[in-house]
Amino acid sequence: MIPGTFDYHAPNSVDEAIKLLSSLGDEAKLLAGGHSLLPMMKMRFANPQHLIDLNRIDKLRGISEQGGSIHIGAMTTENELIDSKLLQEKCPLLPEAARLISDPQVRNCGTIGGDIAHGDPGNDHPAVMLASEAVFVLQGPGGERTVAADGFFHGLYYTELAADEILTEIRIPIPPKGSGYAYSKLKRKTGDFATAATAVQLQLDGKTCKKITIALTNAAPTALRAKEAEALLTGKSLDEALIEQAAQKAMAICDPAEDMRGDRDYKIHMAGEMTRRAIRLALSRAGGN
Amino acid sequence: MAKKHISFTLNGAAVETLVEPRELLIHVLREELRQTGSHIGCETSHCGACTVDLNGKSVKSCTVLAVQADGGEVLTVEGLAQNGQLHPLQEGFMQEHGLQCGFCTPGMLMRSYRFLQENPKPTDDEVRMGMSGNLCRCTGYMNIVKAVQYAAKKIQTPGGK
Repeated sequence: MIPGTFDYHAPNSVDEAIKLLSSLGDEAKLLAGGHSLLPMMKMRFANPQHLIDLNRIDKLRGISEQGGSIHIGAMTTENELIDSKLLQEKCPLLPEAARLISDPQVRNCGTIGGDIAHGDPGNDHPAVMLASEAVFVLQGPGGERTVAADGFFHGLYYTELAADEILTEIRIPIPPKGSGYAYSKLKRKTGDFATAATAVQLQLDGKTCKKITIALTNAAPTALRAKEAEALLTGKSLDEALIEQAAQKAMAICDPAEDMRGDRDYKIHMAGEMTRRAIRLALSRAGGN
Repeated sequence: MAKKHISFTLNGAAVETLVEPRELLIHVLREELRQTGSHIGCETSHCGACTVDLNGKSVKSCTVLAVQADGGEVLTVEGLAQNGQLHPLQEGFMQEHGLQCGFCTPGMLMRSYRFLQENPKPTDDEVRMGMSGNLCRCTGYMNIVKAVQYAAKKIQTPGGK
Protein backbone atom coordinates (compact mmCIF):
# COMPACT_ATOMS: atom_id res chain seq x y z
CA MET A 1 0.00 0.00 0.00
CA ILE A 2 1.48 3.30 -1.13
CA PRO A 3 -0.08 6.76 -0.81
CA GLY A 4 -1.04 8.76 -3.88
CA THR A 5 1.42 11.35 -5.17
CA PHE A 6 2.04 14.55 -3.25
CA ASP A 7 4.68 17.23 -2.79
CA TYR A 8 6.59 17.10 0.48
CA HIS A 9 7.53 20.16 2.51
CA ALA A 10 9.60 20.09 5.69
CA PRO A 11 9.69 23.60 7.19
CA ASN A 12 12.02 24.42 10.08
CA SER A 13 9.80 27.01 11.76
CA VAL A 14 6.14 27.54 12.61
CA ASP A 15 6.04 30.76 10.57
CA GLU A 16 7.34 28.93 7.52
CA ALA A 17 4.75 26.18 8.04
CA ILE A 18 1.92 28.71 8.29
CA LYS A 19 3.09 30.47 5.12
CA LEU A 20 3.06 27.15 3.30
CA LEU A 21 -0.35 26.29 4.72
CA SER A 22 -1.77 29.66 3.62
CA SER A 23 -0.35 29.49 0.12
CA LEU A 24 -1.18 25.82 -0.55
CA GLY A 25 -4.71 26.05 0.86
CA ASP A 26 -7.07 23.10 0.98
CA GLU A 27 -4.68 20.90 -0.99
CA ALA A 28 -2.28 20.72 1.97
CA LYS A 29 -2.30 18.57 5.09
CA LEU A 30 -0.11 18.83 8.17
CA LEU A 31 1.94 15.74 9.02
CA ALA A 32 2.57 15.17 12.73
CA GLY A 33 3.29 11.60 13.92
CA GLY A 34 1.63 10.26 10.78
CA HIS A 35 -0.04 7.26 12.39
CA SER A 36 -3.55 8.45 11.49
CA LEU A 37 -2.84 10.37 8.29
CA LEU A 38 -0.41 7.99 6.54
CA PRO A 39 -2.69 4.93 6.93
CA MET A 40 -5.57 7.02 5.56
CA MET A 41 -3.40 8.08 2.62
CA LYS A 42 -2.25 4.50 1.99
CA MET A 43 -5.87 3.37 1.83
CA ARG A 44 -6.57 6.40 -0.37
CA PHE A 45 -9.19 7.78 2.01
CA ALA A 46 -7.06 10.93 2.01
CA ASN A 47 -5.23 12.29 -1.03
CA PRO A 48 -3.59 15.60 -0.10
CA GLN A 49 -1.57 17.24 -2.89
CA HIS A 50 0.92 18.63 -0.37
CA LEU A 51 2.21 17.34 2.95
CA ILE A 52 3.71 19.81 5.40
CA ASP A 53 5.85 17.80 7.80
CA LEU A 54 6.08 19.45 11.24
CA ASN A 55 8.71 17.01 12.55
CA ARG A 56 11.68 19.28 11.88
CA ILE A 57 10.30 22.18 13.93
CA ASP A 58 12.10 21.74 17.26
CA LYS A 59 10.15 24.57 18.88
CA LEU A 60 7.00 22.44 18.77
CA ARG A 61 8.47 19.85 21.14
CA GLY A 62 8.97 19.97 24.87
CA ILE A 63 7.27 20.11 28.25
CA SER A 64 7.72 22.97 30.72
CA GLU A 65 6.07 24.56 33.73
CA GLN A 66 5.04 28.19 33.42
CA GLY A 67 3.02 30.11 35.99
CA GLY A 68 0.80 27.36 37.36
CA SER A 69 0.40 25.60 34.01
CA ILE A 70 2.19 22.87 32.14
CA HIS A 71 2.96 23.86 28.55
CA ILE A 72 3.36 21.02 26.08
CA GLY A 73 4.57 21.53 22.52
CA ALA A 74 2.08 20.02 20.08
CA MET A 75 4.71 17.74 18.50
CA THR A 76 5.68 16.16 21.82
CA THR A 77 5.36 12.39 21.43
CA GLU A 78 3.33 10.00 23.57
CA ASN A 79 6.49 8.37 24.92
CA GLU A 80 7.85 11.80 25.89
CA LEU A 81 4.64 12.40 27.88
CA ILE A 82 5.04 9.03 29.60
CA ASP A 83 8.72 9.67 30.46
CA SER A 84 8.22 13.25 31.68
CA LYS A 85 9.06 13.56 35.41
CA LEU A 86 7.23 16.91 35.41
CA LEU A 87 4.00 15.36 34.16
CA GLN A 88 4.34 12.29 36.41
CA GLU A 89 4.60 14.62 39.40
CA LYS A 90 2.18 17.41 38.49
CA CYS A 91 -0.19 16.10 35.82
CA PRO A 92 -0.17 12.30 36.17
CA LEU A 93 -3.45 11.92 34.25
CA LEU A 94 -1.57 12.53 30.98
CA PRO A 95 1.12 9.83 31.32
CA GLU A 96 -1.53 7.42 32.61
CA ALA A 97 -3.60 7.93 29.46
CA ALA A 98 -0.60 7.98 27.10
CA ARG A 99 0.56 4.59 28.39
CA LEU A 100 -2.73 3.12 27.14
CA ILE A 101 -2.33 4.48 23.62
CA SER A 102 -1.30 1.94 20.96
CA ASP A 103 2.17 0.37 21.33
CA PRO A 104 5.78 1.48 21.97
CA GLN A 105 6.75 2.07 18.34
CA VAL A 106 3.59 4.07 17.59
CA ARG A 107 4.07 6.10 20.78
CA ASN A 108 7.56 7.08 19.54
CA CYS A 109 5.91 8.81 16.57
CA GLY A 110 2.40 9.74 17.68
CA THR A 111 2.08 13.26 19.10
CA ILE A 112 -0.30 14.88 21.56
CA GLY A 113 -1.11 17.66 19.07
CA GLY A 114 -1.85 15.27 16.23
CA ASP A 115 -4.07 13.18 18.48
CA ILE A 116 -6.07 16.28 19.48
CA ALA A 117 -6.24 18.06 16.12
CA HIS A 118 -7.30 14.97 14.17
CA GLY A 119 -10.76 15.21 15.77
CA ASP A 120 -11.18 11.45 16.01
CA PRO A 121 -13.47 10.52 18.94
CA GLY A 122 -11.49 7.27 19.31
CA ASN A 123 -8.33 9.21 20.20
CA ASP A 124 -7.62 9.45 23.91
CA HIS A 125 -6.26 12.96 24.42
CA PRO A 126 -9.50 14.85 23.64
CA ALA A 127 -11.28 13.45 26.72
CA VAL A 128 -8.10 13.85 28.81
CA MET A 129 -7.91 17.48 27.68
CA LEU A 130 -11.57 18.09 28.58
CA ALA A 131 -11.08 16.57 32.04
CA SER A 132 -7.87 18.60 32.49
CA GLU A 133 -9.56 21.84 31.39
CA ALA A 134 -6.74 22.36 28.90
CA VAL A 135 -6.28 25.39 26.69
CA PHE A 136 -4.98 25.12 23.13
CA VAL A 137 -2.77 27.68 21.37
CA LEU A 138 -3.66 28.00 17.69
CA GLN A 139 -1.40 29.96 15.37
CA GLY A 140 -2.45 31.30 11.99
CA PRO A 141 -1.41 33.99 9.51
CA GLY A 142 -3.10 36.66 11.69
CA GLY A 143 -1.33 35.61 14.88
CA GLU A 144 -2.10 33.46 17.87
CA ARG A 145 -5.34 32.69 19.70
CA THR A 146 -6.12 30.48 22.65
CA VAL A 147 -9.23 28.34 22.92
CA ALA A 148 -10.49 26.08 25.68
CA ALA A 149 -10.60 22.33 25.06
CA ASP A 150 -14.26 22.53 26.08
CA GLY A 151 -15.75 23.82 22.81
CA PHE A 152 -12.82 22.83 20.56
CA PHE A 153 -14.30 19.51 19.39
CA HIS A 154 -17.22 20.19 17.06
CA GLY A 155 -17.86 16.82 15.43
CA LEU A 156 -16.33 13.82 13.72
CA TYR A 157 -12.92 14.98 12.35
CA TYR A 158 -14.19 18.54 12.82
CA THR A 159 -12.59 20.92 15.31
CA GLU A 160 -12.23 24.64 15.99
CA LEU A 161 -8.85 24.60 14.19
CA ALA A 162 -9.13 26.69 10.99
CA ALA A 163 -7.65 25.41 7.72
CA ASP A 164 -4.77 27.92 7.89
CA GLU A 165 -3.99 27.37 11.57
CA ILE A 166 -1.59 25.07 13.43
CA LEU A 167 -2.11 23.79 16.96
CA THR A 168 1.22 24.76 18.50
CA GLU A 169 0.86 24.25 22.25
CA ILE A 170 -1.30 22.64 24.89
CA ARG A 171 -1.58 24.34 28.30
CA ILE A 172 -2.79 22.41 31.30
CA PRO A 173 -3.60 24.07 34.60
CA ILE A 174 -1.72 22.13 37.30
CA PRO A 175 -4.26 20.45 39.58
CA PRO A 176 -3.87 21.29 43.28
CA LYS A 177 -1.68 18.92 45.31
CA GLY A 178 -3.59 15.87 46.50
CA SER A 179 -6.00 15.85 43.54
CA GLY A 180 -7.24 12.49 42.31
CA TYR A 181 -7.16 11.43 38.69
CA ALA A 182 -7.84 8.37 36.57
CA TYR A 183 -8.09 7.26 32.98
CA SER A 184 -9.99 3.99 32.71
CA LYS A 185 -9.98 2.43 29.27
CA LEU A 186 -11.44 -0.73 27.83
CA LYS A 187 -9.81 -1.94 24.63
CA ARG A 188 -9.90 -5.30 22.92
CA LYS A 189 -6.18 -5.53 22.36
CA THR A 190 -2.96 -3.51 22.19
CA GLY A 191 -3.17 -1.06 19.35
CA ASP A 192 -6.95 -0.84 19.27
CA PHE A 193 -8.99 2.26 19.96
CA ALA A 194 -11.08 2.38 23.12
CA THR A 195 -14.37 0.51 23.18
CA ALA A 196 -15.04 3.06 25.92
CA ALA A 197 -12.87 5.15 28.23
CA THR A 198 -13.37 7.82 30.89
CA ALA A 199 -11.05 10.53 32.21
CA VAL A 200 -11.61 11.96 35.68
CA GLN A 201 -9.88 14.74 37.61
CA LEU A 202 -11.08 15.34 41.17
CA GLN A 203 -10.41 17.53 44.23
CA LEU A 204 -11.58 16.76 47.73
CA ASP A 205 -12.13 19.18 50.59
CA GLY A 206 -12.15 16.85 53.56
CA LYS A 207 -14.70 14.23 52.52
CA THR A 208 -16.52 16.60 50.19
CA CYS A 209 -15.98 16.56 46.43
CA LYS A 210 -14.95 20.16 45.85
CA LYS A 211 -14.54 19.80 42.11
CA ILE A 212 -14.74 17.00 39.56
CA THR A 213 -14.38 16.84 35.78
CA ILE A 214 -15.48 13.77 33.81
CA ALA A 215 -14.96 13.20 30.08
CA LEU A 216 -15.66 10.26 27.79
CA THR A 217 -13.71 8.79 24.85
CA ASN A 218 -15.32 7.17 21.80
CA ALA A 219 -18.86 7.43 23.20
CA ALA A 220 -20.14 9.90 20.55
CA PRO A 221 -18.92 11.71 17.40
CA THR A 222 -16.66 13.77 19.68
CA ALA A 223 -15.18 13.39 23.15
CA LEU A 224 -17.84 14.37 25.68
CA ARG A 225 -17.71 16.25 28.96
CA ALA A 226 -20.29 14.75 31.33
CA LYS A 227 -21.37 18.00 32.96
CA GLU A 228 -24.57 16.72 34.58
CA ALA A 229 -22.65 13.90 36.20
CA GLU A 230 -20.09 16.44 37.45
CA ALA A 231 -22.82 18.71 38.86
CA LEU A 232 -24.43 15.78 40.66
CA LEU A 233 -21.21 14.93 42.49
CA THR A 234 -19.90 18.42 43.23
CA GLY A 235 -20.31 19.51 46.85
CA LYS A 236 -21.20 16.01 48.07
CA SER A 237 -19.49 13.26 49.98
CA LEU A 238 -19.11 10.55 47.33
CA ASP A 239 -20.46 7.04 47.91
CA GLU A 240 -21.35 4.09 45.68
CA ALA A 241 -24.96 5.23 45.24
CA LEU A 242 -23.88 8.67 44.01
CA ILE A 243 -21.20 7.17 41.74
CA GLU A 244 -23.88 4.95 40.22
CA GLN A 245 -26.15 7.94 39.60
CA ALA A 246 -23.26 9.82 37.99
CA ALA A 247 -22.49 6.85 35.74
CA GLN A 248 -26.16 6.82 34.67
CA LYS A 249 -25.97 10.55 33.85
CA ALA A 250 -22.81 9.94 31.80
CA MET A 251 -24.46 7.05 29.94
CA ALA A 252 -27.45 9.29 29.11
CA ILE A 253 -25.30 11.60 26.93
CA CYS A 254 -23.57 8.78 25.00
CA ASP A 255 -24.28 8.42 21.29
CA PRO A 256 -21.76 5.86 20.02
CA ALA A 257 -21.64 4.36 16.54
CA GLU A 258 -22.02 0.60 16.25
CA ASP A 259 -18.90 -1.10 14.90
CA MET A 260 -16.82 -4.25 15.37
CA ARG A 261 -16.18 -3.21 18.97
CA GLY A 262 -19.84 -3.62 19.83
CA ASP A 263 -23.36 -2.35 19.38
CA ARG A 264 -24.64 0.88 20.88
CA ASP A 265 -26.10 -0.68 24.04
CA TYR A 266 -22.87 -2.51 24.85
CA LYS A 267 -20.73 0.57 24.27
CA ILE A 268 -22.98 2.77 26.41
CA HIS A 269 -22.90 0.14 29.14
CA MET A 270 -19.09 0.05 28.98
CA ALA A 271 -18.91 3.88 29.04
CA GLY A 272 -20.88 3.68 32.29
CA GLU A 273 -18.56 1.04 33.72
CA MET A 274 -15.41 2.98 32.77
CA THR A 275 -16.96 6.04 34.44
CA ARG A 276 -17.61 4.14 37.69
CA ARG A 277 -14.06 2.77 37.70
CA ALA A 278 -12.44 6.12 36.93
CA ILE A 279 -14.39 7.96 39.64
CA ARG A 280 -13.61 5.27 42.23
CA LEU A 281 -9.90 5.27 41.37
CA ALA A 282 -9.65 9.08 41.32
CA LEU A 283 -11.46 9.20 44.67
CA SER A 284 -9.10 6.70 46.30
CA ARG A 285 -6.06 8.52 44.89
CA ALA A 286 -7.38 11.79 46.39
CA GLY A 287 -7.45 10.03 49.76
CA GLY A 288 -11.19 9.39 49.82
CA ASN A 289 -12.66 5.89 50.06
CA MET B 1 6.05 14.63 -8.69
CA ALA B 2 9.75 15.36 -8.58
CA LYS B 3 11.93 12.81 -6.86
CA LYS B 4 13.89 13.94 -3.85
CA HIS B 5 17.49 13.19 -3.12
CA ILE B 6 17.94 11.79 0.38
CA SER B 7 20.96 10.58 2.27
CA PHE B 8 21.19 8.84 5.62
CA THR B 9 23.30 6.38 7.56
CA LEU B 10 22.22 2.77 7.16
CA ASN B 11 23.86 0.29 9.50
CA GLY B 12 26.83 2.60 9.87
CA ALA B 13 27.37 3.28 6.17
CA ALA B 14 26.37 6.43 4.30
CA VAL B 15 23.70 5.78 1.67
CA GLU B 16 21.91 8.03 -0.76
CA THR B 17 19.09 7.53 -3.16
CA LEU B 18 16.31 9.25 -5.08
CA VAL B 19 12.79 8.75 -3.75
CA GLU B 20 9.31 9.91 -4.46
CA PRO B 21 7.88 11.65 -1.39
CA ARG B 22 5.16 9.02 -1.19
CA GLU B 23 7.60 6.13 -0.84
CA LEU B 24 7.63 4.54 2.60
CA LEU B 25 10.88 3.83 4.40
CA ILE B 26 10.31 0.06 4.30
CA HIS B 27 9.94 0.13 0.50
CA VAL B 28 13.12 2.14 0.01
CA LEU B 29 15.08 -0.11 2.37
CA ARG B 30 13.93 -3.24 0.61
CA GLU B 31 13.58 -2.24 -3.01
CA GLU B 32 16.09 0.58 -3.54
CA LEU B 33 18.77 -0.33 -1.02
CA ARG B 34 18.15 -4.09 -1.27
CA GLN B 35 18.17 -4.63 2.48
CA THR B 36 15.38 -7.18 2.61
CA GLY B 37 15.83 -8.23 6.24
CA SER B 38 13.05 -5.91 7.41
CA HIS B 39 9.73 -7.47 6.47
CA ILE B 40 6.42 -6.07 5.31
CA GLY B 41 3.64 -7.70 7.31
CA CYS B 42 0.37 -5.84 7.75
CA GLU B 43 1.39 -2.49 6.19
CA THR B 44 -0.95 -0.79 8.64
CA SER B 45 1.39 -0.23 11.61
CA HIS B 46 -0.07 -3.06 13.67
CA CYS B 47 2.24 -6.06 13.32
CA GLY B 48 5.72 -4.60 13.84
CA ALA B 49 7.49 -6.85 11.30
CA CYS B 50 8.94 -3.72 9.64
CA THR B 51 10.34 -2.30 12.90
CA VAL B 52 13.69 -0.56 12.47
CA ASP B 53 15.71 1.83 14.59
CA LEU B 54 15.47 5.44 13.36
CA ASN B 55 17.56 8.05 15.21
CA GLY B 56 17.74 5.83 18.27
CA LYS B 57 14.05 4.97 18.47
CA SER B 58 12.00 2.00 17.31
CA VAL B 59 9.62 2.88 14.51
CA LYS B 60 7.40 0.94 12.14
CA SER B 61 8.99 1.70 8.79
CA CYS B 62 5.71 1.08 6.92
CA THR B 63 4.37 4.26 8.51
CA VAL B 64 7.37 6.55 8.04
CA LEU B 65 8.10 8.28 4.74
CA ALA B 66 11.57 7.64 3.36
CA VAL B 67 12.08 11.41 3.03
CA GLN B 68 11.64 11.65 6.79
CA ALA B 69 14.81 9.58 7.26
CA ASP B 70 16.84 12.18 5.35
CA GLY B 71 19.90 13.08 7.42
CA GLY B 72 19.08 10.42 9.99
CA GLU B 73 20.48 7.13 11.24
CA VAL B 74 18.78 3.86 10.43
CA LEU B 75 19.64 0.47 11.86
CA THR B 76 18.10 -2.70 10.44
CA VAL B 77 18.54 -6.37 11.31
CA GLU B 78 21.40 -6.53 8.78
CA GLY B 79 23.36 -4.25 11.10
CA LEU B 80 23.01 -6.30 14.28
CA ALA B 81 25.82 -8.82 13.85
CA GLN B 82 29.29 -7.32 14.20
CA ASN B 83 32.45 -8.77 12.62
CA GLY B 84 30.70 -12.02 11.83
CA GLN B 85 29.55 -12.47 15.41
CA LEU B 86 25.85 -12.66 16.17
CA HIS B 87 24.33 -10.08 18.49
CA PRO B 88 23.33 -11.58 21.87
CA LEU B 89 19.70 -11.18 20.81
CA GLN B 90 20.23 -13.16 17.62
CA GLU B 91 22.00 -15.80 19.67
CA GLY B 92 19.15 -15.74 22.21
CA PHE B 93 16.47 -16.25 19.55
CA MET B 94 18.47 -19.23 18.28
CA GLN B 95 19.20 -20.77 21.69
CA GLU B 96 15.70 -20.30 23.09
CA HIS B 97 13.87 -21.24 19.90
CA GLY B 98 12.45 -17.70 19.70
CA LEU B 99 11.20 -18.20 16.17
CA GLN B 100 9.11 -20.68 14.26
CA CYS B 101 8.36 -19.41 10.74
CA GLY B 102 10.70 -16.45 11.33
CA PHE B 103 8.66 -13.83 9.53
CA CYS B 104 8.24 -11.57 12.57
CA THR B 105 11.82 -12.13 13.76
CA PRO B 106 13.60 -9.13 12.15
CA GLY B 107 11.02 -6.82 13.77
CA MET B 108 11.24 -8.68 17.07
CA LEU B 109 15.04 -8.38 17.03
CA MET B 110 15.05 -4.69 16.21
CA ARG B 111 12.43 -3.84 18.82
CA SER B 112 14.13 -5.90 21.52
CA TYR B 113 17.51 -4.35 20.55
CA ARG B 114 16.14 -0.91 21.43
CA PHE B 115 14.02 -2.15 24.32
CA LEU B 116 17.03 -3.62 26.15
CA GLN B 117 18.69 -0.22 25.94
CA GLU B 118 15.61 1.43 27.39
CA ASN B 119 15.34 -1.23 30.09
CA PRO B 120 18.50 -3.39 30.47
CA LYS B 121 17.12 -5.61 33.28
CA PRO B 122 13.43 -6.13 32.49
CA THR B 123 10.96 -8.44 34.18
CA ASP B 124 9.08 -10.83 31.90
CA ASP B 125 6.03 -8.56 32.11
CA GLU B 126 8.11 -5.56 31.08
CA VAL B 127 9.42 -7.54 28.09
CA ARG B 128 5.83 -8.30 27.09
CA MET B 129 4.81 -4.63 27.41
CA GLY B 130 7.95 -3.42 25.64
CA MET B 131 7.37 -5.85 22.77
CA SER B 132 3.59 -5.30 22.60
CA GLY B 133 3.85 -3.62 19.20
CA ASN B 134 5.16 -6.83 17.59
CA LEU B 135 2.91 -9.72 16.64
CA CYS B 136 3.94 -13.34 16.11
CA ARG B 137 1.34 -15.27 14.14
CA CYS B 138 2.97 -18.54 15.21
CA THR B 139 2.16 -17.29 18.77
CA GLY B 140 5.63 -18.22 19.98
CA TYR B 141 5.64 -15.50 22.59
CA MET B 142 6.91 -17.60 25.52
CA ASN B 143 10.16 -18.35 23.75
CA ILE B 144 10.46 -14.81 22.44
CA VAL B 145 10.36 -13.54 26.04
CA LYS B 146 12.96 -16.16 27.01
CA ALA B 147 15.17 -15.12 24.07
CA VAL B 148 15.06 -11.47 25.10
CA GLN B 149 15.90 -12.41 28.69
CA TYR B 150 18.78 -14.61 27.46
CA ALA B 151 20.20 -11.57 25.67
CA ALA B 152 19.58 -9.26 28.63
CA LYS B 153 21.63 -11.57 30.86
CA LYS B 154 24.37 -12.02 28.28
CA ILE B 155 24.69 -8.27 27.70
CA GLN B 156 24.96 -7.74 31.48
CA THR B 157 27.73 -10.31 31.77
CA PRO B 158 31.25 -8.88 31.47
CA GLY B 159 32.59 -9.84 28.07
CA GLY B 160 29.03 -10.04 26.72
CA LYS B 161 27.82 -7.28 24.44
